[in-house]
Amino acid sequence: MRDQRWWTWHIAAGAIILVFLGLHMVIMHLDVIFRVFNPHPGHPIEWANVVERAKSGFFMVTYIVLLGAALFHGLYGLRTILFELNPGAGLKKTLSLLFVVGGLALFVFGAWAAWASFQFAITQPAAAAAL
Amino acid sequence: MLDYKGRPNRLGIAGWLGGGRWGAERYLYTLHRLTGLGLLAYFLLHIFVTAARQFGQEAWQQSMARVTGPVFTLGEYLVFVAFAFHAINGIRLVLIELGFSVGRPIEPVYPYRTSVDVQRPLAVVVMLVAAVLVVLGGLDFFVLK
Repeated sequence: MRDQRWWTWHIAAGAIILVFLGLHMVIMHLDVIFRVFNPHPGHPIEWANVVERAKSGFFMVTYIVLLGAALFHGLYGLRTILFELNPGAGLKKTLSLLFVVGGLALFVFGAWAAWASFQFAITQPAAAAAL
Repeated sequence: MLDYKGRPNRLGIAGWLGGGRWGAERYLYTLHRLTGLGLLAYFLLHIFVTAARQFGQEAWQQSMARVTGPVFTLGEYLVFVAFAFHAINGIRLVLIELGFSVGRPIEPVYPYRTSVDVQRPLAVVVMLVAAVLVVLGGLDFFVLK
């Protein structure tokens, strides 16, 4: 029963990822066609653009939401694939535990990185020459 | 994932290779899994690579320099293609999962209508949308800059 609930969360996480990863991909990779959230010239990974986004509370919060949704969606998907290979009951328990612990650890690290980047970026002076 | 009550998954990974009697959508299933695994692998590394920005400009630029070059550009484009496929195909899967595109039960009167009549065009449409994204991404990655 618990797995059915997680499957529902898997779909819900997919919907969240569709929105925020869609935005992320437009910002990072369709930056010539749709120039959004890249106020400075050059590539989206230019430091000035990175800082500009990191300064925004919106990006800090949605990075963390995207991180959590993507970790759950990806790791639960991988777990489903592995479980379809019919591991024994003990191995299933071990794998589930590994996924939970590993996923939480990655979430804590990534969320801390997003928070620390936000704290760092808001101390940076506003760069001139906004496009 | 529910435990199998009937036959176990005898084919295992080999079952990804053949469409069997499932039809064309089975290959989308295989691609959905392969792209999902690829995206997950990229994403886990991405967490660590981009975390460098909290240490300032130099750390960020060092981190980015390690993943720059034609091979990485091609790899990033493949990630973009995987994203486009996985996202748009995922919309199709959610529509089917939630019962849209399944249809109401009807009398089996000849010529028979099945949910495939809806789901096959749906699969074609989502692949066209994914193809548009792949082309747009290709333009942005390789042509326009």
